[in-house]
Amino acid sequence: MKGITLDDAAIVMAEADTVATALADLEAGREFDLSTHDFDVGGHTITLTDPVEFGHKFALEPIAEGELIRKYDEVIGEATRDIAAGEWVHTHNVESTRARPDDDGDDGDDAADETDGQQAPTPEGER
Amino acid sequence: MTEPDTQIDLDDPTFRGYRRADGRVGVRNVVAVIPVSVTASAVAERLAGDAVEWVRATPHQMPLDPPDGAREQIQTVLEGIGANPNVAGALYVSLGTERIDAEALADGVAETGKPVETLTIRDAGGTAAALDAGSEAVDRLTDEAREARREDADASELVVAMECGGSDATSGIAANPAVGNACDRLVEDGGTGVISETPEFIGAEHILADRCGTDEVRERLLAAVDRRERMAGLMGVDFRGAQPSPGNQKGGLTTIEEKSLGAIAKGGTTPLRDVISYGHQLPLGGGFVVMDSPGYDVESVSGKVAGGAQIVVFTTGRGSTTGNPIAPVIKVTGNPNTYERMTDNMDVDASRVLSGESVDAVGADLYRGILGVAGGERTAAERHRMEEFAINDIPPKELAALGDPT
Repeated sequence: MKGITLDDAAIVMAEADTVATALADLEAGREFDLSTHDFDVGGHTITLTDPVEFGHKFALEPIAEGELIRKYDEVIGEATRDIAAGEWVHTHNVESTRARPDDDGDDGDDAADETDGQQAPTPEGER
Repeated sequence: MTEPDTQIDLDDPTFRGYRRADGRVGVRNVVAVIPVSVTASAVAERLAGDAVEWVRATPHQMPLDPPDGAREQIQTVLEGIGANPNVAGALYVSLGTERIDAEALADGVAETGKPVETLTIRDAGGTAAALDAGSEAVDRLTDEAREARREDADASELVVAMECGGSDATSGIAANPAVGNACDRLVEDGGTGVISETPEFIGAEHILADRCGTDEVRERLLAAVDRRERMAGLMGVDFRGAQPSPGNQKGGLTTIEEKSLGAIAKGGTTPLRDVISYGHQLPLGGGFVVMDSPGYDVESVSGKVAGGAQIVVFTTGRGSTTGNPIAPVIKVTGNPNTYERMTDNMDVDASRVLSGESVDAVGADLYRGILGVAGGERTAAERHRMEEFAINDIPPKELAALGDPT
């Protein structure tokens, strides 16, 4: 497999990434020793502060509000608040940098309305 | 086709298919019953339902009088479906008041040399009479189709469509990279691999742009992505809530960028040779190309099949079951739980990548699977008669603001 696996329980897709993807349902308190790996944020141990479900992401290092999130060695979004190392990273603390509605008179507070899985379906259905 | 077919030699990538009068090769031998508008969809479905299994209808919801721009796109798809080499013969069914001319569609398809008939419900004398006349037409077409025999064909004669639906985090990590590896193998053997779903290039378009063979292709790719992104704003769709879809988000995908970066992995690593408009003809021996399509998977698949794709490779993390009436759809999942729960709907278990197997090995098995299906092996979607079909409609608001995409 491409990427660096962490104890067969998570995968980091590229060395410069700031998040890992869970390959199992992980419990809060789970520790990962990053010192044995040679990616950029290595050299320390992180402890999950949240449970992280299969396929979901957690931060490998502290990420400040407004900082870009990296996966696949690419930008996947921007932190909407400070994220601690080991914290679950998803729609509650990350937002796309793309395809925002044009200045359409909206209050610009869409992110606050978002709760996982409760958005109206898109006109085109599930992709 | 869950078990990789070790009989297939990747050094000699051939299969046996149905060579049509125009030289193109079908991997299936279906008679297509194609309604021209929604008013003929029920008759088309009844005709196919009453006939042998390999008579297939393509029911859809397009109106009698679609506006300019939208109409041309519908027409292109309807003609492309009949012309697809998997189709041995086609019957176009219309009410008789459509602005799209069934005779013109039939004439276009007849240029490929295959038998084509038309049926007008009004002229036939109503629904019952149309069903009688239609079943006679279907009988004539099936009699001719029965004469077709499989013969030797080469992987370079394949146009394979890559698609994803119900994506989750495993799509970008396991399934799509494996499909990309198979796409690279197909392109190396001289075939055509096509990805679409332009909204799912947003955030990853710079990677595709770097792969464009020429500046001209690069410009058309970026223009297509830009158009889809502006369209989202125009439709009042906030991608931050709707893309990734709620299902994608449950599967761990946070942003459109993350989904896109995973999605484009389906297209492998070879140069991007061309950008084709929705439903338009895909090149034979064309290498890796993109079709500019919406993100809705059923419409996206139908567009590529109208473009001439004979096979669809469809990745799903969360467990999509959809197929297509004209082209076999190979279902690939990278999610071990989905594979276990929905084995009956899946063809390839790419979650082997998550447990340490190389993308290259899984890609090789998948490519063998593609050649096997080309030679007649049935996919899960075919066994279950999953035959979803839908044509992309261009909303008037979008046409007015952004113009005809072609």
